[in-house]
Formats: sequence, structure tokens, C-alpha cells
Amino acid sequence: MKHGVNGVALTVFVVFFLLVTVLGFLAARWRRAENALHLDEWGLGGRSFGTWITWFLLGGDLYTAYTFVAVPAAVYAAGASGFFAVPYTILVYPMIFCFLPRLWSVARSRGYVTPSDFVRGRYGSRGLSLAVAVTGILATMPYIALQLVGIQAVLDVMGVGGGASTNWFVKDLPLLIAFAVLAAYTYSSGLRAPALIAFVKDALIYIVIAVAIIYIPIRLGGFQHIFHSASQAYAKVNPATGKPRGELVSSAKNQWAYATLALGSALALFMYPHSITATLSSRSRNVVRRNTTILPLYSVMLGLLAMLGFMAIADGVGKGVKGYNAQLAIPQLFSNMFPSWFAGLSFAAIGIGALVPAAIMSIAAANLFTRNVYKDFLRPNATPEQETRVSKLVSLVVKVGALVFVLTMDKTVAINFQLLGGIWILQTFPAIVAGLYTRWFHRWALLAGWLVGMAYGTWAAWTVASPTQAHFGGSSKLIPGIGQIGYIGLTAFVLNVAVAVVLTVAFKALGTPDGVDETAPSDYTAEGPRPAAREQLPPHGDELPPVPTGGH
Amino acid sequence: MSEPPPKSQPVITTSRVVAAVCLILPFVATLWVSSYARPTPAFIGIPFFYWYQMAWVVISTGLTSIAYVLIRREERARRAEDSEGAA
Repeated sequence: MKHGVNGVALTVFVVFFLLVTVLGFLAARWRRAENALHLDEWGLGGRSFGTWITWFLLGGDLYTAYTFVAVPAAVYAAGASGFFAVPYTILVYPMIFCFLPRLWSVARSRGYVTPSDFVRGRYGSRGLSLAVAVTGILATMPYIALQLVGIQAVLDVMGVGGGASTNWFVKDLPLLIAFAVLAAYTYSSGLRAPALIAFVKDALIYIVIAVAIIYIPIRLGGFQHIFHSASQAYAKVNPATGKPRGELVSSAKNQWAYATLALGSALALFMYPHSITATLSSRSRNVVRRNTTILPLYSVMLGLLAMLGFMAIADGVGKGVKGYNAQLAIPQLFSNMFPSWFAGLSFAAIGIGALVPAAIMSIAAANLFTRNVYKDFLRPNATPEQETRVSKLVSLVVKVGALVFVLTMDKTVAINFQLLGGIWILQTFPAIVAGLYTRWFHRWALLAGWLVGMAYGTWAAWTVASPTQAHFGGSSKLIPGIGQIGYIGLTAFVLNVAVAVVLTVAFKALGTPDGVDETAPSDYTAEGPRPAAREQLPPHGDELPPVPTGGH
Repeated sequence: MSEPPPKSQPVITTSRVVAAVCLILPFVATLWVSSYARPTPAFIGIPFFYWYQMAWVVISTGLTSIAYVLIRREERARRAEDSEGAA
């Protein structure tokens, strides 16, 4: 693996990297608006993206470099359990089909930029909004850090920056350069940069997957042989745990974990601020809904990618290496199988695949800070220009933070936090999604439910041990009362909802003051911004009347 | 414009029910893991467990598309009726 630098692969990689850098800076001029210093412009691309740009942007956003490395790596490491990503991405789309158009409409009607903006407007609660914002920022930071881990894996396999003999600065220099460039064009172009770069990223990824899924099985002697070697590898007992390495088909005791992970992750995905940012940047409600029918093309690709995990086993990647880093399995497989120039292309695909989501995530986190911390708490009278300036600066801070995270801490810390981040972000689901349909829930009950979910999820994840670590060893644990192993995030979510329901009943009985709802029922089905003249338009006939707010 | 439109449109309609079924089916199919957790029948050497789920990516896309067409058609009809009622 570290047999020196692969010149051809590295050249191809660098050429593509330069290409997207140029694109990133040019993006500032693309569909330029009259007033670039408005958060809608920098942070949401002017809310102007049509079906195909949104498709590329969301695809580039949700299916990250880390996904491309980690999903096949999980399959490579343990087999069936890693494949949960496929049902997960199947379930996401019918789910968001229902609620995302409503979120788009209300955000458009009221000028919301972040999910927390909506929560504040709907419940009249800055506290609840802050909780949602902080959760979003916390969950996004390690996610950005993991994108760097994806780039590192590629650089490692190319023989750049991996050497143990070099000092830390030379070792991390390529990563630092990649990140400085990313930070610079995100700062200048905002969301337009990843939107434009996503075209290159996805074109590359689709080419690589199409070639890999046809070419590699032929070279390895067909799927029959691939799955045969995989099943033998999984059956081998790991001396450290006394258990087999994995299984080819999910056995009865692992099926709950499989299903709950798929469902919990699907519920969580569109609670991530970066998913919402890409959604709100689209031009119309129908663009959002139409995308739920074309985004699954990425899921097909993800499923094919997961298969590469089996191919890495059949190819003998990491065989006999003690403590082999499974994250390197797929880059290594490409390096073994493809001619150098195509390996370089596939590495570029993964590398650029990290830049797009990292840019969107940092923008999303920056928007959250600006709108829901800076404007709500520090400077309520901030002008749109000030908001945009703060957001641009925070996007830099967030990225530097992620970089420091990756460079100073062990990779497992980032992975642990990412695991926690998934559990945490799921706890914002009741406040956001229930709020899109009803004002029945009490704001304090939602806050209490969130707190319970966060506390339980963090504690439960802490108690999970694995052969290599005493804490945060996995995301599944015995579900209390059911006696099956299941995804911690989903258990915490159920607790969260239960607390919210019980306390809502209690608060209503006590007549505790509930916040003021600034939204109108018609906002949730609106096709565009609310014109001032239509301010008093009566609700649509098919809408429920707003729930009367208690007290005061 | 000052009077709210009469509440004549039903909440439950045939197309909404069909759309709901289309959107719920993928959940039943993928979360019922024991129904597909087996190696056979294999397809070009790929165990059932894997190709079945891959097939559901395509099936669920088709179902979501059906729901999309149904809901869009209905939203348009409702909007047209709304504006007629308001006029």
C-alpha cells in the first residue's frame, strides 16, 4: 500500500482537483443575483435551483465520500449488517415525500433559512429553536470531519501523506491544501460552489461505479465466486471476540438491529441541516417532490457500491493483515484492479465527493449559528448583510474546527461523534416534523422530550463496548422492554415522543402558556413567497384550523 | 376574497389512499427483514438477501412516482377548484 507514490493516479487526481477549484471560484458568477450580500443568496443559492441542479446538489450532499468509503467498508468488515444503508435509503424517499414539500412551502412563505427558524416561528420558542440549532451544529461537525477521513483514505492509498517517517506537517500538507481551497471558494461563492462542483463529482462517481460493477466481477471470476469467498471469510472466527467475522445473510438475532438502523437513519437523514439547506435552495415545491422520485438513482449506486465490499474480500484486500483499516479497503481495491489513470479518476471521484458535502455542511452549520444564535440571541437587529458576513466567517470556523478535530484526534473519535451525531439529530424530528402537521405539541414538552432523547441516546451509546473500544463501540443496544438488539437512536426517539406526548397533555391541563404560532395553515401548501397583500388570505378548505394556543 | 371557501373538498380521496399505500409498501417490504433474510434463490450468483433489497430500490422508486403523479394531479385539481370557489 505504501510502495511510494503512484504518479499517474496522482496526476489525474490533481487535474480533477484543479478543475473543481476553478469551478468553485467561477460559481460566484453563476446565476449571480443583484444583491449577493443576502443570506438567501450565499446560504441558499438564491432559492433558485431547478429539478436537476437540486438533484445533483442533494445527491452530492447525501451520498458523501464517507458513505462511499464507509458503506462498502462495513460490508467488507461484517457482511449483511453493513447493507442496512440500502433499506435506509429506500425508506428516506417515501418519508420525505410526505413532509418535505410542507417544510419547503412554510420556509418559502416565511423566509426561513434553517429548520430552527421554522421551529422558532411555529412554536414561538427561542429555547426550542436553540436546542434544534445546537443539535444540528453538533451533529454536523463530526460529519465534516469524516469527509476529511475519506480524503485521507484516498491520499493514503495513493502513497501521498501516508508515510509514518515524515513529520506531521508534510504528512498532512495535501489535506491542508485541499481544505484551504475548499474553504476559500465556499467563502466566496456560497452554496453555488458545491452545486456546480456536484455535477463533476456525480459524473465521476457514476462512471466509476458503472465500470467497477462490470469490470471487477469479470476480473474476479463472477459474483458466484465473489460471494463464495466472502461467505468463507465471514465464517472465520475472530480470535479476539470468539465470534465469526460476520454473516452473509442477516440472522434472526440481528434483524431488529438491521431494521431499526434502517428506519432510524431514514428518519434522521433529513433532520441534518445540510439536507435541509439543499432542499430549501430549490425553486419550487414541486422540484422538491419530483426529486423524491429521481434521487433513488443514487440508492441504486449505493447498493452497487456496497457490493464492492464483497469484491474487496474476494480480491484478498487486507487478508492476513492484523487490524487492517477497513476504510482503506475500497480505495485499495480500485488501486489493485484498475489501470493507474482510472484509479486516479476513481480517487478523484471520492475526493471531490468529500468536498461537496463538506462545503454544504459548513454552510448549513454557519446558517444555523447565524440565524438561531447570532440573530436570535446576540444581535436581534442584524441586517441581511451582517448575517451573510457572519455566516461566511462561521463557515470558515466550522471547517477549521473539523480540520483540527481530524488532525489532532484519533480517527475513531470522529467516527464515535458521527455515530452520536446520528442519534442526536434524530431527536429533533418530533419538533420539526410534527410541527409541520400540528401545533398540538407543547413547546416545553418537545424540549423535555428532546432532552430525554439526547441524554438516553448519549448514555446508551457510551455503554456499548466493542473488541477495540470500551465506549461508543456501536450504535445498537438491547431495547428495554422488547428484549431485542436495536438502534439506540430509534429507542431514544420513541422515549422522546412518549415524553413529549405525556408532558403536552400535562401542560395543557395546567394551562401553561404556549408560544405564539406565526405561521398560517396556508403557508404549508404555498407555492411561493407570501405576498404582503395576501397576508390575511383565509386558510385552504382542506387544512385543519390552527390549534388555539393556551394561556396568556 | 374575504369569505373563506366552503369546506367542500373531502380529506380522504381515492388517489390519496392509493398514494398512501404506495408510500407505505416499501416500509413493510424492507423492515420485515425475516421475509427476505435468506441466501436463495440467488440471481447471477448474488444471494437473495442482496438482490431483493436492490430490487426494492427500483420498486419503491416506481411506487413513489405513482404517488407523485396522483398527488400532483389532485393538488392541481384542488387549486383550480379553490380559485373557482373564491372567484
